Amino acid sequence: MVKLTVNGVERALDNVDPSTPLLWVLRDTLGLVGTKFGCGIAQCGACTVHLDGQPARACSVPVGSIGTQAVTTIEGLGTESKLHALQQAWIDHDVPQCGYCQAGQLMSAAALLKDKPAPTDADIDTAMAGNLCRCGTYIRIRQAIHSVAKGGVA
Amino acid sequence: MNFIPADRYIADLMAEFDYAMDSQKASARTEPSRRSILKFGVAGAGLMLAFQLPTDAKAAPAAKGSKEFAPNVYVRVAPDGAIVIVSKGPEIGQGLKTAFPMIIAEELDANWDDIKVEQAMINQKLYGTQGAGGSTSIPLNWDLLRKAGATARAMLVSAAAQQWKVPASECVTDASVVTHTPTKRTLKYGELANLAATQPIPDEKTLKLKPRAEYKLIGTRKGGVDNVKVVTGEPLFGIDVVLPDMVYAAYEKCPATGGKAVSFNEAQIKAMPGIKDAFIVDGNGIVTEVMSGVAIIADSTWNAFKAKNALRVVWDESTASKDSWTGSRAKAHELLKKTPEKFPEKNGDVDATLKTAAKVVESSYEYAFVSHQPLEPQNCTAWFRGDEIEMWAPTQQPTRGQLAVAKMLGLPEEKVLVHQTRCGGGFGRRLMDDYMSEVAAIATRVKGPVKLTWTREDDFKHDFLRAGGFHQMTAGLDANGKLIAWRNHNVTYTADNKAPVAGSMRAGEFPVLLMANAENGQTMMPLVVPCGPWRAPGSNVTAFANQSFFHELSVAAGRDHVEFLLEVLGERRHLAPQTSGALNTGRAADVIKAAAERIGWGKAQPKGRGLGLAFFFCHAGHFAAAADVSVDANKRITIHKVAVVGDIGPIVNMSGSEAQCQGAVTDAVSTMMDLKIGFENGRVRESNLHEYPIVRMDKAPMNIEVHFIQSENSPTGVGEPALPPIAPAFANAIFAATGERVRQMPFSAQGFSI
Repeated sequence: MVKLTVNGVERALDNVDPSTPLLWVLRDTLGLVGTKFGCGIAQCGACTVHLDGQPARACSVPVGSIGTQAVTTIEGLGTESKLHALQQAWIDHDVPQCGYCQAGQLMSAAALLKDKPAPTDADIDTAMAGNLCRCGTYIRIRQAIHSVAKGGVA
Repeated sequence: MNFIPADRYIADLMAEFDYAMDSQKASARTEPSRRSILKFGVAGAGLMLAFQLPTDAKAAPAAKGSKEFAPNVYVRVAPDGAIVIVSKGPEIGQGLKTAFPMIIAEELDANWDDIKVEQAMINQKLYGTQGAGGSTSIPLNWDLLRKAGATARAMLVSAAAQQWKVPASECVTDASVVTHTPTKRTLKYGELANLAATQPIPDEKTLKLKPRAEYKLIGTRKGGVDNVKVVTGEPLFGIDVVLPDMVYAAYEKCPATGGKAVSFNEAQIKAMPGIKDAFIVDGNGIVTEVMSGVAIIADSTWNAFKAKNALRVVWDESTASKDSWTGSRAKAHELLKKTPEKFPEKNGDVDATLKTAAKVVESSYEYAFVSHQPLEPQNCTAWFRGDEIEMWAPTQQPTRGQLAVAKMLGLPEEKVLVHQTRCGGGFGRRLMDDYMSEVAAIATRVKGPVKLTWTREDDFKHDFLRAGGFHQMTAGLDANGKLIAWRNHNVTYTADNKAPVAGSMRAGEFPVLLMANAENGQTMMPLVVPCGPWRAPGSNVTAFANQSFFHELSVAAGRDHVEFLLEVLGERRHLAPQTSGALNTGRAADVIKAAAERIGWGKAQPKGRGLGLAFFFCHAGHFAAAADVSVDANKRITIHKVAVVGDIGPIVNMSGSEAQCQGAVTDAVSTMMDLKIGFENGRVRESNLHEYPIVRMDKAPMNIEVHFIQSENSPTGVGEPALPPIAPAFANAIFAATGERVRQMPFSAQGFSI
């Protein structure tokens, strides 16, 4: 049995092989499909979650290696009735095109702002370079992050 | 070859897109006749309108006395004021699910905040072909959607007039409210819903569509209607579909197209954890449908993938692809020097004109194969129930997928129920529905629903690639530096030994139609590796060769590039006035001049910095791009600015349209700089994203100015036409900065980097 704390809720998982990547436990076992499968080799960032607040690629983290670290997914970042400031900024800047990468982008951005509340362009580029957007929404992502860093002013 | 290549399917599709771009034919096809506008008014349930294609004369039944309706509608107004607008086509990131409802809501005079958007089921009888490709969605549906909104509005007005016993002409509408102007009385649309449902359908000829000056919604900035769900991680995409008792499938095909599964390590695979079944699927031998392979059914995606990795399949590769990129490239270089096999387009006498030229310029260009790689891997969910199958499909061509599955399973079309899900990117990859047919074939051997998910490696092995290609360019300049002769010899590939693969140079490409002595020649080499349309197919590569060469010619003539381009365009005229699919030289000149102005054309640049510009016309869109770059001694490029100017008529959603252009620039820069796909022995060389460096934020162009010239023409699509001029604009800027001509995509082949 694997024990896991996801978005503040402790989960006891029977019949899960500890070598299973966290991504597939989230998606197939827990039904949290907001975390996306993109490449399976930690190259695209679509599966970015937080482990104790630090960004991690869920496709490459065996679920048995997580231990007591708290897992936060996009579903735990904010909800429709209580959006995280970054989620609101993403809406305000109409960031998504296809939207598939955006959960991962948001998780990376949220981790960045916790670390650096007023990041420079270079800080943002470095922190976000692990997240691929095939549609090319980078300009709006950077604007949205800055808007939150400045206290919500676009 | 004992299987059917993709090209026939794709040729049909491309012909459909070209047809759609012919504005007259398109409007004849989509305009709902009066007979075909059906009304479903049910007491207590408000107003519903459905527009059917003229071919379907029978009314689809509405559920009587119920608030539940068959999804054959575009507009629904409920008594509580909620307005549902049904979006008929796929959302792949191009913004259709927001733009289509904006068009309807404009003519309906609805308050945008009252609107809920629903995605239509796939139903050819009700909606015609549902699909997204070729930047055709807007031009093909513009009239239809406006009439859908205007009809609903007219019936709401007539209901209000009836209730107030006043002439309808005294009533006006705004923000989901009808106002009787003389008395200032008002009724909300919801309050009128039931009475509106009893009104006769207005004659289409009496419908008054708004003039542009009265638009309140069209042309404004609206965020995507799914944005809240996207940012909170709600299920939206095909891969997010979860059904009760669903099982998970993976599918392994031969890495060389055409190979057949003979046997596999069945006992070992079936003994692996979570594996429910594993079997060979023979397939129907159609590359766009089901090719032979091994299916694995498991209790989770991960267990299916693990077993897939452990597969040892014996393939019969006797008829499979043996293609080699390096081999075909060497052969292409030989063929380039020879006379083209055929001349799809030939005006005047190029050879004779070249003999009279003061200067003859010769040059060559080439580009590698590239892949689509939308970020959501191919997937599809199916539930086969014996006499019907229900599917959840992230596809650009749901109707075509539905028809293919129906034919394969021997089911009538209406027994293939297709839900279109949001797509995690398209770029042309999802014009092919192979994943739909594959999961349908697998589902017939599974009890209950099954979700097929491809690995990223599958997406690399089994894409429909943008074909690489080669161009030998020859042109003549007269003593005044005027372009008098043009030849473009394109060496490309063919799958059927008849027609070039999708993505080759297309007919009518700039500038042949403008010149008295010009020709496009083509020579084809056989290829089995599947090719397909990739964002602005044909144009995205032809523009690189053509527009780079134009710049070379202006340099050879000692003339300003912009002035040289404008001279070739000549006087303002529409080459085929009856269609939106033909070049308008006036619109072309306008976007070129505007792009030049926005990049600061003509300003002296410091050493190592240069401006470049290019124009292209495709998908009915006139687009010019200009780039401002610096290039250092190590050939590293710094992008200062990119300016994009387009004329696609009125813009529907300014936010979405700008986003499409920003995305096109990013996609183009990414692809031109670094992306290439190789193949040997029929096998694609690149296996995953670590070998295919799609641009990240740290290297992406971050200063992109987008401007639209909103001319008085019918609106056309924005998903593709902004892309083709980007690469040549950069290549020309690099030449201006360094004096080195970029002759290859990706530019990294010549040592350039960003």
